[in-house]
Amino acid sequence: MVEFFTPSRRGVLKGGAALGAGLAAPTIFSSRVWAADYLNKPMGDTVTFGFNVPQTGAYADEGADELRAYELAVKHLNGEGDGGMLNTMKPLALTGNGVLGKKVAFVTGDTQTKSDAARASAKRMIEKDGAIMITGGSSSGVAIAVQSLCQEAGVIFMSGLTHSNDTTGKDKRRNGFRHFFNAYMSGAALAPVLKNAYGTDRKAYHLTADYTWGWSQEESIKNATEALGWETLEAVRTPLGAGDFSQYITPVLNSGADVLILNHYGKDMVNSLTQAVQFGLRDKQVNGKDFTIVVPLYSRLMAQGAGENVKGIFGSTNWHWSLQDEGSKAFVKSFGEEYGFPPSQAAHTCYVQALLYADACERAGTFMPCAVVGALEGHEFDGMGNGPTLYRAADHQCFKKVLVVKGNENPTSQFDILEVVQEVPVEQVTYDPAIFGGDLGECNNGA
Amino acid sequence: MKPVKATARNDHLLFVVFAVVVLAMPIWLAPLGAGYPDLMQKFAIYGLFAMGFNILFGLTGYLSFGHAAFLGVGSYTAVWSFKLLGMNPLPAIALAVVTTGVFAWVIGYISLRRTGIYFSILTLAFAQMSYNLAYSVLTPITNGETGLRVLNDDPRILDHMVGRGEADGSLVATLFGVEMNGMPGFYFCAAFLIIGMYISIRIFRSPFGLMLRAIKTNQNRLNYTGVSTRPYALTAFVISGMYAGLAGGLLCVTDPLAGAERMQWTASGEVVLMTILGGAGTLVGPIIGAGLIKYSENIFSAFNEQTLHGIFAFLPDGIEGAVVSVAGLFVGEGWHLTLGLLFMIIVIFLPGGLIEGGKRLVDMTGRGPRGGGGGRAGDAAPQAAE
Repeated sequence: MVEFFTPSRRGVLKGGAALGAGLAAPTIFSSRVWAADYLNKPMGDTVTFGFNVPQTGAYADEGADELRAYELAVKHLNGEGDGGMLNTMKPLALTGNGVLGKKVAFVTGDTQTKSDAARASAKRMIEKDGAIMITGGSSSGVAIAVQSLCQEAGVIFMSGLTHSNDTTGKDKRRNGFRHFFNAYMSGAALAPVLKNAYGTDRKAYHLTADYTWGWSQEESIKNATEALGWETLEAVRTPLGAGDFSQYITPVLNSGADVLILNHYGKDMVNSLTQAVQFGLRDKQVNGKDFTIVVPLYSRLMAQGAGENVKGIFGSTNWHWSLQDEGSKAFVKSFGEEYGFPPSQAAHTCYVQALLYADACERAGTFMPCAVVGALEGHEFDGMGNGPTLYRAADHQCFKKVLVVKGNENPTSQFDILEVVQEVPVEQVTYDPAIFGGDLGECNNGA
Repeated sequence: MKPVKATARNDHLLFVVFAVVVLAMPIWLAPLGAGYPDLMQKFAIYGLFAMGFNILFGLTGYLSFGHAAFLGVGSYTAVWSFKLLGMNPLPAIALAVVTTGVFAWVIGYISLRRTGIYFSILTLAFAQMSYNLAYSVLTPITNGETGLRVLNDDPRILDHMVGRGEADGSLVATLFGVEMNGMPGFYFCAAFLIIGMYISIRIFRSPFGLMLRAIKTNQNRLNYTGVSTRPYALTAFVISGMYAGLAGGLLCVTDPLAGAERMQWTASGEVVLMTILGGAGTLVGPIIGAGLIKYSENIFSAFNEQTLHGIFAFLPDGIEGAVVSVAGLFVGEGWHLTLGLLFMIIVIFLPGGLIEGGKRLVDMTGRGPRGGGGGRAGDAAPQAAE
């Protein structure tokens, strides 16, 4: 046991030499990185986008749909297919022959809905594949982690489905942009509808996914409902991807609450809602009122997973395929022709983000991140499914209409599960960027 | 008994070759599509992790299913050191190793009262406990699912003392002005990998290492002859935990973010896979295994249909479509399937891991029945005392 602690003189010298060589070597390899005027400047006739989506885990269904939308967006950008929203987008700088004359290529990666894996995957795209822009994600935890990575590396991040207030609130970054709506908007849009349907004297019980999005949605919905006069009895945190929620639902029965608010998404929401219905919550009478369930963030994919159980349940969503404006119709048509079913809200926001980024590059005349940031900040556009929309410069958040939806009582097809109750105007969901704090910082070109 | 005699000369040769191979990674990995900093950092870090695991599993035969807990503790310690002390990686690494050592001592002290499957279950239980604690009651320390990050308004005492408190832009670990991401980050990790290898060789060749092998061969006999084995096993456990803590710390040096998913049981299982895949009980086997798994995770998982069509473009159209749809099952999200198949093949045909495969290849090419193996050959078979 003693000898091992007394290495030979020769061994120590060799180890030291190797260590010295190791520490000296970086200077040889790191110098060439600084040649271009910004990171991953496209040199050939193609430009590479990185699509970083969850292909496994609780949000895999959303991720698969996001990837379909991205592939469609690339087709349309390169002038293949029917052009989709390129026909309706206003203003439009894109011409359908790629971006700035370069054909769009893409690389994909699996975030696994884990910050670690998502960052590793994004790093691969930036360092190895030379991606100029990273987009995607279906979890706010991942989006925030990847957004700060892109800020550090010096590429643009166009977030996919991320609903936490923090993404463009306290964790906002100059290089990151979000088209999707957030928890605050959900609360502001839902509150009046809930008041009409359920009155002002209600006792709510929250089940919340235990990460940044869940926390932020719980807080926003709590604030909005308490302003109506509702009382919040308890808010219980559940781990992401729990699978079995029975241990969290049983206590609800005896808590005296008459509304259950599920701050869950993806497969978690499918499981918790199904179990809540199986436990007979919706057949109960509490405090002389019918027990109800609210799912603040809804998606058609989840509703499809939960089947019959969603009937009559209120929630909010960013976009729905049944909207009748020109942009939505064009997108649903080309997505349907390509894949045989209508797109989800995740697919919509990702498709729009890819187009918005490409359009901003075209308008800026360069892929340089800081120029693209300038082109996107304060940009107003229309014809992309949500009416006139503003990319607010102060926090890189899009402001547009929010949909309040309800589980359809009489669905006419397997996709006709949600019915749009109200299109909440943008004024009702706009807020002061200062309320969430955070600082955008400086933009980073990566060189 | 042994294919290559473990002489001091051979060990020096092995060490020098190893150091050269590691430092030259950017050159020889580039044609394989893996020569980019993030993946090479992962190679070095998980190589260290597996190397440490091998000191416990390969030498003593104690199969720990909870090593991910040490990786996690190392990560959290390193990030807290960044938050409180500053962005210098050296104190972070030192603290990560020390804290994990203490943590490993506590867990080892309890778990090592049992052997075999009971020991494995105990360590698994401790790791799951740490994971769930990190998610629930310890969220003030770990920040739960979101993960622990370094923020601009953290104290970072040392940074403020030298007047670098106000970071413009993002916070990355910085060693004497060199930012620890990209290539410098890789060389930083590679230096630790080489030091770790040196210590590992010393342990393998020491009387202490021999005692550990004796534990693996027949612990009962040792006990009957009056040797108390537990202090040896515990020392091996703590050293192994410290390696894992070092790996966890390095993960945060290259990317200052710690998440609880690092402690999940799948991460513990992964290091077992790495070690067995490469060859348990051999010096370089676990590192090769770690490299292979990280390579498949990052490269195969990134293949999509577009890439496959590119690869098989030389085939006629009809066949190409069929080949691509079959191959598509094994890449992208299906990369676990590829790994599973590979693992089955290796366990069935090469119980000694890739190292045994390499040795057989060398034997077949006719450099004598027990001849070569060069510097790479380890010592897979349990050895009698010399």
